[in-house]
Amino acid sequence: MADCGEANGPERKNEIVRAKNEEKELTKEEKQRLRKEKKQQKKQKEKKDDKGSSEKSGREKTLDPLSASQVLSTQSPTQKVPASAPIPVPPSGAPSHSSGAPSHSSSGAPSPADKPAKSKAELKAERRARQEADRASKQQGSSSSSKTKAPASDLNPVVKRLPEHVQVDDPAVVKRLAKKLERQQTRPHSSAKKIPLRSDYGYKVSLFSHLHQYSRKAPLTQLLSIPSSVIHPSIVRLGLQYSQGIVTGSNARSVALLHAFKQVIMDYSTPPNEELSRDLVNKLKPYISFLNQCRPLSASMGNAIKYIKKEISNIPSQYKEEEAKTKLLECIDKYIDEKVVLAAKAISKYAIEKISDGDVILVYGCSSLVNHILCEAFDKNRKFRVIVVDSRPRLEGREALRRLVQIGISCTYVLISALSYVLPEVSKVFLGAHALLANGYVMSRVGTSQIALVARAFNVPVLVCCETYKFCERVQTDSFVSNELDDPDELMVTRKGKTQLEDWHDLSTLGLLNLVYDVTPPDFVDLVITDLGMIPCTSVPVVLRVKNVDQ
Amino acid sequence: MDYTTPSKLQYFRTQMRTDPDMASAVAAIRTLLEFLRRDKGETILGLRESLKWATDCLTRVDSSVAVSSGGELFLRFISLTSLEHQDLARCKKVMEERGELFLEKISLSRTKVAKLCHTFIKDGAKILTHSYSRVVLRVLEKAAAEKKRFTVYVTESQPDTAGRQMAEALRRLGVPVTVVLDAAVGYVLEKVDLVIVGAEGVVESGGIINKIGTYQMAVCSKAHNKPFYVVAESFKFVRLYPLNQQDVPDRFKYKADTLNNVSELSKEHPVIDYTPPSLITLLFTDLGVLTPSAVSDELIKLYL
Repeated sequence: MADCGEANGPERKNEIVRAKNEEKELTKEEKQRLRKEKKQQKKQKEKKDDKGSSEKSGREKTLDPLSASQVLSTQSPTQKVPASAPIPVPPSGAPSHSSGAPSHSSSGAPSPADKPAKSKAELKAERRARQEADRASKQQGSSSSSKTKAPASDLNPVVKRLPEHVQVDDPAVVKRLAKKLERQQTRPHSSAKKIPLRSDYGYKVSLFSHLHQYSRKAPLTQLLSIPSSVIHPSIVRLGLQYSQGIVTGSNARSVALLHAFKQVIMDYSTPPNEELSRDLVNKLKPYISFLNQCRPLSASMGNAIKYIKKEISNIPSQYKEEEAKTKLLECIDKYIDEKVVLAAKAISKYAIEKISDGDVILVYGCSSLVNHILCEAFDKNRKFRVIVVDSRPRLEGREALRRLVQIGISCTYVLISALSYVLPEVSKVFLGAHALLANGYVMSRVGTSQIALVARAFNVPVLVCCETYKFCERVQTDSFVSNELDDPDELMVTRKGKTQLEDWHDLSTLGLLNLVYDVTPPDFVDLVITDLGMIPCTSVPVVLRVKNVDQ
Repeated sequence: MDYTTPSKLQYFRTQMRTDPDMASAVAAIRTLLEFLRRDKGETILGLRESLKWATDCLTRVDSSVAVSSGGELFLRFISLTSLEHQDLARCKKVMEERGELFLEKISLSRTKVAKLCHTFIKDGAKILTHSYSRVVLRVLEKAAAEKKRFTVYVTESQPDTAGRQMAEALRRLGVPVTVVLDAAVGYVLEKVDLVIVGAEGVVESGGIINKIGTYQMAVCSKAHNKPFYVVAESFKFVRLYPLNQQDVPDRFKYKADTLNNVSELSKEHPVIDYTPPSLITLLFTDLGVLTPSAVSDELIKLYL
């Protein structure tokens, strides 16, 4: 349990006095809290006094309604209670935390000395909130997540207290995540066989401290013990491929995932006294957590996993194991075929109508779908040329360039900084998408929204191509809330044997940010081409509705 | 099946002549219904093929978007039923009945639109409209019948000066009307309160295809912050998605005889233009009052 490491003595007495003056319900909580305080003081002597305040109280799933409302009433004068505020609040507005100094980082990043003095009332309120939440969590035994999940209780609509600062490196959170991974093992498990926990790396920009930041040089697979019977070897291989960036791209990752699951299903044998439909789903859970640790799951992977889990649990119990396995393998093959391969064909058919002779088409990065469309259009003898826009550090455009030049399309290659220079000669922009959100926003590789914005300023139509299995029910209006942080070391550049940022860890005020995704608002997108046809960006919820009705 | 073409076209033309108030798409649908009745095909598939071919013929005569969209919707509507009867004659009868139903529905659509739209015209309003549109005329008739006082500015709308026809019709209603030059739209916009135009076609993005000059009017009214309303019947919804002016197919841009006779299309003036949805405030249709983004929703319901 983290604590603020303040002297407790005089404040304790004040608290007790105050508690006695307040309503009855508090006294029981006060007593529990006192007990915990004593425990904490003991632990405090052992632990390092590092970070304070984590609002891990907010991490719990629900708060006791009564305590929540009381906590709110005491807290409102002292702290902002962002009932619906977006995470995270800028550091200046939240006096109760210090900006990110990860406890795990051993490279000597000093904790910034800008911890402002806290007022007594704030501390008290904080501590009470934490205790409330601890009690609530003990009652419910909820598992942690790095972001707050808040299902509304039916009887009392609780005002959800989002933490002001949700830090993923906070030791309490890390511990809880480790416990969750342990819990996902089916028995028997020993410490040698559990899924290791990947630790964050490097100084994180505080705006993104709710996201994990891992280093490529420390893939999770190094921490696995051999022989490890918990995780299937094809999943281990897949995890390594993800974390090292060998398999990239939304479609490629989903298809690779489904193939690995096929292997898992083929090698699976139902243990005695277990039903395949239930046991297999449980077997898949640790694999999914493992893959999530290697690289956060994409929206398309999430949808694929949902589909598989649904198919597995729908296996009727009278099926023999062989039958069930063949059926599952067929289902997976059908999913890949329909949602990826045939969808690409349908999308190319619509997209080719939009490509006319003499067009100059701009593409960004490497999207398998857009490349497919351009290759098909070229095969159908459309005369056009392509401008490939690329950006550091991934330089994925080179792969797209290679594929297009191979079949004979005339291409130009620029970096994204030259975008406004080339746009006047462009007639259309084709973009791929990682996911399409329910409010019409397009989530794609970082840089896409920039391209859409500048294209709009030049009145160039922007077309997004996306299969329907990448549509997700999430709603996001900015790129901060949910994103992925890549290895910050990738931003370093070595020229003529010199690397400028080699010692970036030593500078306490320097942070390197390597974002992977960004969201583009629907006003910048003119047309979305899906396998259902050409729709405006605002019609994505309609498609989701139609899809749900179908299922 | 060539021998039926001249009779079909003649039927179409007679329809147009008997009721000048009828939309060309409605005439086309009547023709298609008649064609269905007279068809001597043996299979349902053959029937569909010949209906499609008939629609193509009609589009070649009258290249408006509405004819093509009306034809396609007609085809979809009649084949929406489960055609599981073994007997072809019974199937045909079912299709004919549905065709009549479709025709009935769309003949009422203009009244529905007028009912929805006239409430947006306030007493003392000054309205700007473009060229000759029977739907707009119906709306203004209804507003006048509700004892509202308003004045109308109509653009002349070259090259066929259809605006003068509109002005004549409005004068007969007793509405004070002024004919302005096409070039005077920007000049007159500061005086008007709202802009109402009809549409030849409503596209998937929520934009419209209408007589040339509409896009200009839309851009100017956006600049002046005046509401830009479009009135259209639902059979004008078409499965097109133009990205810009260039993207509108040639077969809609020019009149049918121009397409057939002239070899160098780039020297011809297009008769229609495309107005993107960002410039349109509301669309009044018989399906209700829609925002441009709701059009796609309705289209998905109509076509899927």
